[in-house]
Amino acid sequence: MAKIVVEVMLKPEILDPQGQAVGSALPRLGFTFATSVRQGKRFEIEMIGEPSEVQLADIHKAAETLLSNPVIETYVVKVEK
Amino acid sequence: MRIGVVTFPGSLDDRDAARAIEHAGGVAVALWHGSDNLKEVDAVVLPGGFSYGDYLRCGAIARFAPIMSSIIIAAEHGFPVLGICNGFQVLCEAHLLPGALTRNHGLHFLCRDQRLRIENNTTMWTSGFEMNQEIIIPLKNGEGSFQCDDETLNTLEDEGRVIARYLGDDPNGSRNLIAGITNARGNVVGLMPHPEHAIESLTGPSADGLTFFTSILHQLVGRS
Repeated sequence: MAKIVVEVMLKPEILDPQGQAVGSALPRLGFTFATSVRQGKRFEIEMIGEPSEVQLADIHKAAETLLSNPVIETYVVKVEK
Repeated sequence: MRIGVVTFPGSLDDRDAARAIEHAGGVAVALWHGSDNLKEVDAVVLPGGFSYGDYLRCGAIARFAPIMSSIIIAAEHGFPVLGICNGFQVLCEAHLLPGALTRNHGLHFLCRDQRLRIENNTTMWTSGFEMNQEIIIPLKNGEGSFQCDDETLNTLEDEGRVIARYLGDDPNGSRNLIAGITNARGNVVGLMPHPEHAIESLTGPSADGLTFFTSILHQLVGRS
C-alpha cells in the first residue's frame, strides 16, 4: 500500500495572516528562533499498490484542480511506501 | 423575468437573494446544487453562505457541483451570473472570474455596514448605478481578501473591470481595495459585500443593494 502525500502552500507573495499569527505567538511562549512562519495543508491519500505513471499524472491533476488553487497556492506530491 | 438562486449545502443567503429578486420585480426560481437543470432561468445568483462547510477552500467543492457545470457553460456564452460573497468565491474557483479570496488580513470575521464606490456601471448587474456612486451595504465574511498576481491586477484596472471598491478603513487587505469585479464581457459579476441585505431601509442600512437586481431585470427586458 502506498501513501501519497500532497502538501499545499500559499505562494510566497500571498499574504498569510494565519502564519503571521502563529509567528507572533511563538515569542510569547519563549520560542525566539523563528523569523517567519507560513502555514499550509497536508493531504494523505492512501491507495492499493504503487501508483502507475498514469495514476501519478492523475494525482497531479487532482492536486492542481481540487487540492490546491494555482492562483494562490503551490503543491508538491510525494509518494511514501 | 426568471432569476435562479442556487442553494448549495451550507448556503445561507439564498432566501434573501430570492426576496431581493422578487422585491425588484422579478421571479425568483430555486435551483438545487445537485441538479444540472437551470429551469430556463434568464440569469443566476450564487448566494452567500458556507457551501460544503467551506472545507478545503471557500467555494472549492461547490465549484464542482452539477449545477455549476451548466452555469459555467452558460456563463461562457454570455449568461448573466452574480456571485455574492461565497458566490464570488465559487466564481473565482470556477475560473469564471480571475483571482481568489483569502483570509481577511486581520483574521477576524467582519460584519459591518460597508461604504463602496461603484466604478463600472456597464455590466449587466450594475447598469442602474451612476458612475462613482457611493453606496452602503453589509459586508460579512472571514475570507474576503481579494488576491491576484500583478498582471491580472493591471488587466482588471486597465479594462475597468473593478466594479466596486471599499471606501474608508481597509476591511480585509484586498489588493487595490477591490470589493467586486466583472469578467471582460460584463455578464459575470462577483461581489464580496451583500446587496441582497440592503433592499429596503426597514431591514438594511440602505436600499442601495436593490439596484443590482433592478439592473439585471432592466437588462433582460431590454434584450428580449
